[in-house]
Amino acid sequence: MTQAQISMDAVSHTEHPEAWKWYHYFWYNTDHKVIGIQYLVFSFIAYLIAGVMALFMRAELYTPNSDVLDPNLYNALLTNHGTMMIFFWVVPAAIGGFGNYLVPLMIGAKDMAFPNLNAIAFWLNPPAALMLTISLWFGGAQSGWTAYPPLSLVTNNLGQSFWALAILLVGTSSILGALNFLITIYKLKIPNMRWDQLPLFCWAMVATSALALFSTPVLAAGLILLLFDINFGTGFFRPEMGGNVVIYQHLFWFYSHPAVYLMILPIFGIMSEVISTHARKPIFGYKAIAYSSLAICFVGLFVWVHHMFTSGTPPWMRMFFTISTLIVAVPTGVKIFGWVATLWGGKIRFTTPMLFAVGLLAMFVLGGLSGVTLGTAPFDIHVHDTYYVVAHFHYVLFGGSVFGLYAAIYHWFPKMTGRMYNEPLGKAHFILTFIGTNLTFLPMHELGLQGMPRRIAMYDPQFEAINQLCTYGSMLLGVSILPFLINAIWSWGWGPKAERNPWRSLTLEWQTASPPIIENFPEDPIVWAGPYDYGIDTEADEDDTTVEDMLAEVGAEAR
Amino acid sequence: MQGTLDTASNGRNPATNAAMGHAEHEDYRLLGLMTFLFSESLMFGGLFAVYLVYRSSNGAWPPAGTEVELLLPAINTVILVSSSFVIHRGDSAIKKGDVGGMRFWYLATALMGIVFLGGQVYEYLNLGYGLGKNVFSSCFYVMTGFHGLHVLVGVLLMLGVIWRSRREGHYNAEKHTGVEMTEIYWHFVDIIWIVLFALLYILTLF
Amino acid sequence: MAKEKETVPVALVTLTIGILVAIISFWYGRDNGLLPEQVSQQAPLVDNFFRVMVTVGTALFLLVEGAIVFALFKFRRRPDDDTDAPPIKGNFSLEVFWTAIPAVIVIGLGIYSVDVYNRMGGFDTVGSTAVAHHHGGHATQLASLPGSSDVGAPLLSAAAPQQVAFKYGLGATPAEGQASPFLEIAVKGLQYAWLFTYPNGMVTGELHVPVGEDVRLNITAQDVLHSFWLPEFRIKQDAIPGETTELRFTPTKTGTYPVVCAELCGAYHGSMRSQIIIQEPDEYEQWVAENQPVAVTTGTDTVALHPSERSDADFLAPYAAEWGIDAAAIAPLQPERHA
Ligand code: HEA
Ligand code: HEA
Ligand code: CUA
Ligand SMILES: [Cu+2]
Repeated sequence: MTQAQISMDAVSHTEHPEAWKWYHYFWYNTDHKVIGIQYLVFSFIAYLIAGVMALFMRAELYTPNSDVLDPNLYNALLTNHGTMMIFFWVVPAAIGGFGNYLVPLMIGAKDMAFPNLNAIAFWLNPPAALMLTISLWFGGAQSGWTAYPPLSLVTNNLGQSFWALAILLVGTSSILGALNFLITIYKLKIPNMRWDQLPLFCWAMVATSALALFSTPVLAAGLILLLFDINFGTGFFRPEMGGNVVIYQHLFWFYSHPAVYLMILPIFGIMSEVISTHARKPIFGYKAIAYSSLAICFVGLFVWVHHMFTSGTPPWMRMFFTISTLIVAVPTGVKIFGWVATLWGGKIRFTTPMLFAVGLLAMFVLGGLSGVTLGTAPFDIHVHDTYYVVAHFHYVLFGGSVFGLYAAIYHWFPKMTGRMYNEPLGKAHFILTFIGTNLTFLPMHELGLQGMPRRIAMYDPQFEAINQLCTYGSMLLGVSILPFLINAIWSWGWGPKAERNPWRSLTLEWQTASPPIIENFPEDPIVWAGPYDYGIDTEADEDDTTVEDMLAEVGAEAR
Repeated sequence: MQGTLDTASNGRNPATNAAMGHAEHEDYRLLGLMTFLFSESLMFGGLFAVYLVYRSSNGAWPPAGTEVELLLPAINTVILVSSSFVIHRGDSAIKKGDVGGMRFWYLATALMGIVFLGGQVYEYLNLGYGLGKNVFSSCFYVMTGFHGLHVLVGVLLMLGVIWRSRREGHYNAEKHTGVEMTEIYWHFVDIIWIVLFALLYILTLF
Repeated sequence: MAKEKETVPVALVTLTIGILVAIISFWYGRDNGLLPEQVSQQAPLVDNFFRVMVTVGTALFLLVEGAIVFALFKFRRRPDDDTDAPPIKGNFSLEVFWTAIPAVIVIGLGIYSVDVYNRMGGFDTVGSTAVAHHHGGHATQLASLPGSSDVGAPLLSAAAPQQVAFKYGLGATPAEGQASPFLEIAVKGLQYAWLFTYPNGMVTGELHVPVGEDVRLNITAQDVLHSFWLPEFRIKQDAIPGETTELRFTPTKTGTYPVVCAELCGAYHGSMRSQIIIQEPDEYEQWVAENQPVAVTTGTDTVALHPSERSDADFLAPYAAEWGIDAAAIAPLQPERHA
């Protein structure tokens, strides 16, 4: 609220330049598009760092003994790999990056409802990332990204405190961002856009933001208690003082289960945009896909105990949360089937974004199905905290979220940079990544089922062969990033100029220049068709001529 | 929903205008604050839930040696609750365009907040145990302390409003979002305290 | 699924695909060879459940992936075709269909998992109210402490003299019912070892149990969270500081199997492993006899030493080298009383 008040004073109608210069991207800026790109670049750097950590971990796991890394360092890398991937890559890239860039454009607004708040929310991230990175120099947090006490109370207090503070900062950022999105979509949507004409990405952002508002503060409460336990001698999680270690797990997972949906719901939104556009076909079951996001968001609030089946959970809890967890498969299935049906009968263009979207579809199904098996307590008791879980979440996070982010980067690359990416390099990137992902993470299922726990630096020799396979896969993933980096950097600077609407897409962001001008649209756009009304011009019966005219116009512009 | 939208103001917020021109955005900021407070109440909700779990899983509550006293907090509660009415007078005043009245009532509220904080500090100093004594004392200090921080922020906000109101016409009958936001925030702090008081003091009697 | 509906004209194709998918799914569900040996009564329950899930999962996987791959070939853009596809925006009955099918599947899985969980002993319907039969023999006097007369009275046993109120873990299966376990062992997790205390007071670093007998583990943790996992038994339970958890199982095969710590407990979490040795009852009795507390003496000690008089550190010292942790790490462990 404070900054809102400050802004009241600063009634300065500052003149902005015609277009942003490169250095505008490195400083405080309230333009949602600048902020979006800031988020994306920032989080991608975090991704590279966390990815290199993973490569080191895989190198260590190449042999059963702990020979590459000191076990303490292994745990520090493990913790920071998980933390950075989640809190500094997928969440900021999907919500902060694409959410910020796309939502105002898609709803025809000039900016977010609170541009200053938006910028502040972004600038909470870099110091947080810095804190996490610095903490590695004195050991880093070593108790996993879940930071369960008592371990997190007794190992490397300084690193753990830095970790908690960093998460508190990004949590605050996430709350501020979420309220901004909700109010932006609710208030700034252009009036002639009906709610059932809202692009599905925006629906996904509504669900995501609601979820973030509900769950993040609870994590904050848990982390504050943890910080007090570490530094100020309180006893919340110290059994000898009457504390209870399981309570932390509830607080943590009450946020962190919804957090996994924070990481996938925006991606689902991206999927709807990409698939429909590149299959040249209306999204199949718009309403079902929109509402299933809300359903996932709602049910997702009541499943968190499935991460604690072997912990201090009484029988009724295990059974209740088994059933609630399984229910999530239904709305998710609605989406998956909706996308498959969208492909069905389409005229599919195999552009790089489409390839990544289809790759996502293929792998997310596997990850989701393994998630369902994990959701049943009697089976989860066997595989909890094993590589089976690691396999599950890399399928949904890497095969799901990261593939979705790549699809989005390629899809909106022309819009964001005004230049086309290089298609062959993009395809090479896809193929390498797809093979690498499956090579790295598919064998992990078996490791877990056979008895290899996760978070270990040394393991039984019987698992060596499979682990080596995983390590080769991870190296392939490391290589796969190169075509992307070359492509992104080269195309951004020197790629061929992109048209305003190279995909002939119907959502509003494609109706303005590439990259969009500073206040997005020269004049308020009008919504004259649904966001996915592809092929309407061939539909003879219902529509009046004006719509056809306008479609023809878009076609002309595209050419 | 679309019906409620004012086409004229919609989308007309210049992105680069740091000020976000105020008149057309009043409702957004109030809405933003409410959303934020909703989220924040869940943070307190988490703390309340944790507290109740500890209470139900521990035998004597509060454990021997960490009893709380009641008189001072009760007085404090009365002060804080009545301050909500006081601040509302200020809000009514500004709605009539009476800046002086608003300043008076806001100052009064801020003073009541400061007295509350003073009482809290006094209580801390006289309880005779620290936050590391047992899980009850941990809860007690962290929860009241966290609330106290919110009180402090509220007081600062009021002082900020008063400071701003020196400028002629900064707040008037039409334009007073900052005043209103401060009031809403203060009511929030107040409500949280009522729950806290019930949990930390009243509930220890049973 | 989408496929079935939309290519309905060719009913035969659908049928063939259906049969193929079914065959492959059943085959993979049965013969996936993904799980290790089965050594407890719970293991076949879990494995059968897993088989069902793999079968259903494979079928869903094949159908969805098949539909995707098929669509990619069939509906790819033809060269020079820049038009849009026909605008099919939805199909209500199809959508209801693919909402209902998964709903039915997950309800089925939900019911099945409650059943499996029950048969694994998860609800411990009656077991926890039974009065313990003390295999080890002493400390029976505890069973008649005041207050233990009510039916809900917790178990008291030599191995875990504190109140063991069943809260978390796996307890008696419905088949075992009221019967008390044949053998009760206290398990303590500490960085980075498991300690097993037998009813007669002996403390070991390996778990020996007789085959075919009903065993109950009362699990605690000394320092941080650990998780007691027997992969071949398909059972796992966290060891929680300040809380006692329980696992109850009946081994069905002799042999030596790993005991794994599955919860991150520090740098050497990966080396926190032990063994469970399942023996024929007579071998087991012999092992117990050989390892009576008196027998646990150090070379220089002439006095018979009850293990409970030795600290964990003493006990662990000989193992330290073996586990690859330095003795200094063990030294600070506080002496603990067993029995
Ligand atoms: C993007 C992130 C993401 C997503 C989307 C999911 C999705 C799901 N997850 Fe996952 N999960 C994680 C990220 C994610 N998860 C992470 C990071 C962890 C580990 C945390 C840690 O411990 O470090 C984890 C761990 C985890 C566990 C705990 C395991 C353990 O520690 O023992 C469980 C257990 O229930 C679980 C279940 C599920 C389920 C049921 C879904 C469902 O939402 C999946 C639904 C999707 C489908 C089912 C597929 C498509 C549907 C159909 C084709 C319809 C037909 C299907 C049926 C009828 C079954 N997950
Ligand atoms: C979005 C989330 C995400 C992503 C994308 C990844 C990506 C990867 N993860 Fe991650 N992982 C997690 C989230 C994620 N992970 C989480 C939450 C955990 C749990 C942590 C915990 O237990 O607490 C985990 C744990 C985890 C483990 C388990 C460790 C253990 O339990 O002991 C392993 C092991 O193999 C692993 C491997 C990998 C690999 C090989 C990748 C690869 O996909 C990475 C590929 C890497 C790159 C693509 C980067 C390449 C960069 C370069 C080559 C450098 C180029 C540099 C310049 C040009 C400057 N991860
Ligand atoms: Cu003990 Cu891991
Ligand atoms: Cu989850």
